[in-house]
Amino acid sequence: MIHQYKMNGYNIVVDVYSGGVHAVDELAYDIIALFENHSADEIVAEMAKAHPETPESEVREVIGAVQGLKDAGKLFAPDIYADHAFDFKNRSTVVKALCLHVAHTCNLNCEYCFAAQGKFHGQAALMSFETGKRALDFLIENSGTRRNLEVDFFGGEPLMNWDVCKRLIQYARSIEKEKGKNFRFTLTTNGMNIDDDVIEFANKECHNVVLSLDGRKEIHDAKRVTASGKGSYDTIVPKFQKLVQARGGKGYYMRGTFTRENLDFTNDIFHMADLGFTELSMEPVVCAETEPYALRKEDLPVLFDQYELLAKDMLRREKEGHPITFYHYMLDLTGGPCVYKRISGCGSGTEYMAVTPTGELYPCHQFVGDPAYKMGDIWNGVTNTALRDEFKLCNAYARPDCKDCWARLYCSGGCAANAYHATGSIKGIYEYGCELFRKRMECAIMMQVARQCDPALAAYANHAKGATGCDGCSACAD
Amino acid sequence: MNHIQTLETRDLAASLNNGGCGECQTSCQSACKTSCGVANQQCENKN
Repeated sequence: MIHQYKMNGYNIVVDVYSGGVHAVDELAYDIIALFENHSADEIVAEMAKAHPETPESEVREVIGAVQGLKDAGKLFAPDIYADHAFDFKNRSTVVKALCLHVAHTCNLNCEYCFAAQGKFHGQAALMSFETGKRALDFLIENSGTRRNLEVDFFGGEPLMNWDVCKRLIQYARSIEKEKGKNFRFTLTTNGMNIDDDVIEFANKECHNVVLSLDGRKEIHDAKRVTASGKGSYDTIVPKFQKLVQARGGKGYYMRGTFTRENLDFTNDIFHMADLGFTELSMEPVVCAETEPYALRKEDLPVLFDQYELLAKDMLRREKEGHPITFYHYMLDLTGGPCVYKRISGCGSGTEYMAVTPTGELYPCHQFVGDPAYKMGDIWNGVTNTALRDEFKLCNAYARPDCKDCWARLYCSGGCAANAYHATGSIKGIYEYGCELFRKRMECAIMMQVARQCDPALAAYANHAKGATGCDGCSACAD
Repeated sequence: MNHIQTLETRDLAASLNNGGCGECQTSCQSACKTSCGVANQQCENKN
């Protein structure tokens, strides 16, 4: 299967099953479109009409080049993965990541919060140190030979239980060597309780920090408010700036949510850049479609334009030597994930689970609070093994709707929680999310093509090469 | 004239043989929390 599209002056061909990407001229673009279902003579006849200025010999030369790419497995590669996808159930699975809900409470009252203001439709609660410690032990016990273990302090607002977070990190550090593990901690915070102690400790210990900011003050303050309705922008922005400045190049993301009320969300991303932040993420709101701020089908063309505008502006910034990173446009074509990862996806319900303040296990943070999706607990392990098996089989090949989608090895079949909330089944698809995802991938691939084809961008190609940033070249030393 | 420029990409078919170590990051942990993208994750297989 191939996918052809035009963007920003480039003609792009993506070969789905090999992962190949080709930048082609108009002639090759038209030939590739006909190649699988037409003979060489038929293609020559068609090209005589579409490109009368091109001699037949040149057309046949391009047909030969396309055949050469097919023979080399870089175009029209066959799908050889389907059998492996359904073999996943028989592979031993381990747990390698936990989302620790250390606080089911929050000091903000954001209208669009999928966690229902941190409480996940339950009681406000804080995780005790003993429960968190048992969660870390559960992770180690179930991680097999995996060395890298990920723990995200999540909520609600994790800084409302910061002392427990610190003690859990200290506990993990005290045992990781002896257990042969490497803990990577992430802190996801709204910023309200950031102080010097948080900055120092998180910057030393956390592999990644996710900082919630929606962009422009009026946009941010419209949704991210305190219990009394006061906007949080003025409180958090200086704290985020101080934290990021002190971070010394370690990973972080400014992470925003956009809604129908800021369809021009690129202005919010650019505002983050104006504030001095470079590692940026902006997610479409996930909510009931009855909400006034829910994204609608008629908004899609606007959003597509926005994503394209963002990609083009990011290329401009790269040329000027001031690049920014957008999470969804990070694409490592040479060092990216293997096909197993591309098929199996995020690992929710198998490799990745969420732990509530009282130690219950759920497939991921988005299922927390839904009794039908309780998997077990950290003392007795996964007891709902039927549910785990359902998640094991939930991959890019398990969803009938993904069968003909060119992007399925980029999203691995999409988010199970989004699918469930949109269709009632984790094997469904959230079509709206798919539309946005495909557009984002087209933009991300176009940026890679531009880096290869535009000499002014080539100098920055190495910078963008690594998903975590610069590879140490001197191209952007200025 | 160069009609086709092929970008250097990881051979996905070959990764059937040398992939699957599982050391890479759980995609949802890094930033999104509400969607699923795997293509932007880095491979951590050093073998």
